[in-house]
Amino acid sequence: MAGLNQKFDVLVIGGGNAALCAAISARHAGASVLVLEGAPKFYRGGNTRHTRNMRCAHDAATDILTGPYTEEEFWDDLLRLTGGQTDEELAKFMIRESKDILNWIVEQGVRWQPSLGGTLSLGRTNSFFLGGGRAMLNALYLTAEKLGVEIVYDAEVVDLQIEDGMFLSAKLKQPIEGVSEVRASTLVAAAGGFEANIEWLKEYWGEAADNFLIRGTPYNRGSILKMLLDKGVQDIGDPTQCHAVAIDARAPKFDGGIITRHDSVVFGIVVNKHAQRFYDEGEDIWPKRYAIWGRLVAAQPDQIAYIIFDSTVVTSFMPTLFPPIAGATLAELAGKLGLEPAALEKTVADFNAAVRPGTFDHTILDDCRTEGITPPKTHWARRIETPPYLAYPVRPGITFTYLGTRVNKQARMVMKDGKPSANMFAAGEIMAGNVLGKGYAAGIGMTIGSVFGRVAGREAAKNARN
Amino acid sequence: MHGTRILNEADRLMTVCNSCRYCEGLCAVFPAMEMRRAFSDGDLNYLANLCHACGACYTDCQFSPPHEFNVNVPKTLAIVRAESWAAYVWPRAFAGAFTRNGLVISLVAALSVAAFIFGFAALNDRQVLFGVHTGPGAFYKLMPHNAMAALFGAAFLYAILALVMGVRAFWRDIGEPVGMKTDIGALFRAIRDACELRYLDGGGVGCFNEDDRPTDRRRLYHHFTFYGFALCFASTCVATLYHYLLARQAPYPWWDLPVILGTIGGIGLLIGPIGLLAERWKRDTVLVDEARYGMDVAFIVMLFLTSLTGMALLILRETAAMGPLLALHLGVVFSLFVTMPYGKFVHGIYRFTALVRYAMERKTMAQGACE
Repeated sequence: MAGLNQKFDVLVIGGGNAALCAAISARHAGASVLVLEGAPKFYRGGNTRHTRNMRCAHDAATDILTGPYTEEEFWDDLLRLTGGQTDEELAKFMIRESKDILNWIVEQGVRWQPSLGGTLSLGRTNSFFLGGGRAMLNALYLTAEKLGVEIVYDAEVVDLQIEDGMFLSAKLKQPIEGVSEVRASTLVAAAGGFEANIEWLKEYWGEAADNFLIRGTPYNRGSILKMLLDKGVQDIGDPTQCHAVAIDARAPKFDGGIITRHDSVVFGIVVNKHAQRFYDEGEDIWPKRYAIWGRLVAAQPDQIAYIIFDSTVVTSFMPTLFPPIAGATLAELAGKLGLEPAALEKTVADFNAAVRPGTFDHTILDDCRTEGITPPKTHWARRIETPPYLAYPVRPGITFTYLGTRVNKQARMVMKDGKPSANMFAAGEIMAGNVLGKGYAAGIGMTIGSVFGRVAGREAAKNARN
Repeated sequence: MHGTRILNEADRLMTVCNSCRYCEGLCAVFPAMEMRRAFSDGDLNYLANLCHACGACYTDCQFSPPHEFNVNVPKTLAIVRAESWAAYVWPRAFAGAFTRNGLVISLVAALSVAAFIFGFAALNDRQVLFGVHTGPGAFYKLMPHNAMAALFGAAFLYAILALVMGVRAFWRDIGEPVGMKTDIGALFRAIRDACELRYLDGGGVGCFNEDDRPTDRRRLYHHFTFYGFALCFASTCVATLYHYLLARQAPYPWWDLPVILGTIGGIGLLIGPIGLLAERWKRDTVLVDEARYGMDVAFIVMLFLTSLTGMALLILRETAAMGPLLALHLGVVFSLFVTMPYGKFVHGIYRFTALVRYAMERKTMAQGACE
C-alpha cells in the first residue's frame, strides 16, 4: 500500500454507502483517494450494513420495479413526510439525480432484486440490494479497491485542521501505527451521525438515553460531525431529534439491525410498565405508523413497553427473532413480564369491553374500533381473549440522528457565515438533514448517500485539480 | 428442541434469517425457509440439502461472526447435511461410515484393489496375466465377461437399492408422501437447476471460496467432474449395448463411441477433481464442515483414480501392463460402486431430491398466490 505520507487529492472520512460512492466517483475523475474507515473491516460501512434498499425515481417499470415512480411523486412524498422541513432546491436536485443512480450503482457492481418477502408495499418505489446492505457494501469496496482507492480500517480521525473554511489535514489514530497526520487537497466527510454516542444523546434525552438500544454499530459516534460544527461549519437539522422505532427489548445494545423490529402493534395493544395503554395502536397504516413507536416508548417510564396480543394473531405478522413471551392466563403473562397482574387484567378487560364489532382488514383503515376508552384504538381493534396470551417487550431503537452539516448542490459544506467551504464536502447521513429535516421513508437514506456521495466525489476531484 | 445440537443451531439460524430475509434472492434455501414459520428436523434436513454451499449468504450477512448473532449458514447447513445422510442411510447399521468416511473409503478401496489383483493372479497363469492381448474380448481373457457383468451388476444394483432406501426415508421425513403424484414440470425444473448448478452461483456472481471475491471456478470444476462422470457412465452403457445387442466385444477401437465418450469423460474426470481438490484446499475454513474434510477428499480422489486408472488402461491396453492395470481399474471402480451410498456421492442424490421438492413447493406457492 502507498504510504499515508503522500498528499492525496481526496480524503474520504467514513466507510459507508456515501463514502464509497464519493471515493469511486472521485477516482473515476482521476483523483488519488484515501478512505479512512473508523471501524474494523467486519463492521465497515456504518448503517449501510443494515440497509436493504434505495428509493430512486424512475419513469417506467423495470425488471425489479413494478411501476413508475416519477420525480413529482417522490417530491410529494418527501414534502409530506418531512412536513416541509426540506431544502426544496437540494431535494429536487437529489430526486432528479436519483434516476441515474439506479444505473450508476449497478455499474459499480451492486446488484438489484425485486422487493423482499414481507415488503410488497415497496415493490414499486424501492430497489432492493441482492443480498442486502452488506452485499452492496462488499460490491462497492471491491470496485473501489480495483480502481486503486486506498482504504484503511480501524482508522479513527481524532482531529481536523481547518482554517477559514479550508481543510488542511487530519490527525489519524491507528491501533498499532499510532497517531499520524494525513494531508489531502480536499475532504469528503461521510462519517454518519451520532446515534451510537449515548453521552451526546443524553444532552437531549437525559438519563432515558441509557435505555435506548442502537440499531447500528457502536462506531457511529458523530465525532467528525462534532469537529466540523466546532470548526465553523453551519449546522442543519434538529439536534434533539432522532429516528427511533420500537424494537425488541431483548436485542443487543448495538447492531441488532433490522431483525429486532416488531410490526405486530396493529394486532394487539401496547402497555407501559404500569400495564396502562398510552397511545392509539390503530392510528394509521403500518409504514407510517412504524416510526412513531420508538419515541412513544421513549416517553414512557423506564423506556419500556409491551405489545400484548393473543394466540389468534400469531401468524399474522413476520416471524420474529425473539419468540413472544407466553402465559396461559393474563395474570401468568403479567408475572413473566413483571407487570401488576390485576392491572393488566383490568386494562385488557376494559379494552375488550370497548371493542365494537367490525370487519377486520389490516391492509386498509378498517372499521374495527373501540368506543368509550382513552386512548381509543381507532382501527383493527379486536378482543384479546384466546389463550395463550403473548407479549413482546419493546424499547426505543435508535436508527439515525438528524443533526448535520449544511451543504449546497455541489455537496460542498457551507460555513456559519454562509460562504461555501473552499475544499470540504459532505455526503450521507452527516448531511441528510438538508433534505430530510424530519420523518423517514424506506430507502431515502441510501438515496441521499449515493447521490450526494457521487456528487461530492466528483466535485472534490475537480476541486483538487484546480 | 431437536434431536441434535446442530439441528438446534440450524433452527436458531433459520429463525434469525426468517426475520431478516435479505438473502432471499441468493438461492433456493431462503425462499424455502420463508414458506415456514417453524422448522421440524425434516425441514432443516431439507434446507440443508438444498444448500449448495456457495457461501454468498455468509459474506453478505451483517450478522456473521464476529457479530454476536454468530450467523454462519453455510457451515451449519454443511454439518446438518452430512448428519442427515448418516440419519437416512440404509441399512442403518452403516451410519457410522459417515463419521470416519475418509478412513472407510480408503480401506474399502484398498481391499477392493487388493482383491482384484490377488484374484487376477490366482485365477490366471503368469503368461496370461502379463501377456499382450489385443482384439475383441482381450479383457475377458483375464476375467470372463459374465463374471465381470455379474459382479459389477450386483454392486451397482446394491448401490441403487441403498440410495433409493435412503432417499425414501428423506422424502418421508421432509413431509412428502411416498409414491407422490408425478409432477413432470417440477421434475424438469429440478433437472435443469441441477444440471446448471444454478444455486452454486452466489446469486449471479459466483461462489465464495478463499476470500470475499466471488469466482465461478468451483462450478466450472464441478461441471467437469459431473459431466465427465456422466460421459464415462454413458460409455459403459453404450459398451453394454454393443456387447448384448450387436455382439461386439470390448476393447473397441479408439474412434468408436464407447472409447470417445470414455476418453472425453475421463479427461473431464481428471481435470474436475484436481480443480475441486485445489479449491477445497484454498477454501476458507469458516465456510466448511472441517470434520468432513476426509469425506470430501475421499470422494474426489476416488473419482480421480477411476479416471486415471481407466485412462492408463486405455493407453497401455496393448502392452503387458494391461492385466495388472485392468485389475487396478476394476478394483477402484468396484469400490466406488459399493461405497456410493456411504460417502460424498450421496450429496448429488439428496440435493436433487431437495430441488424436486423445492420446485413442487414453489409451484404450489405460485398457484396459491394467484387464487
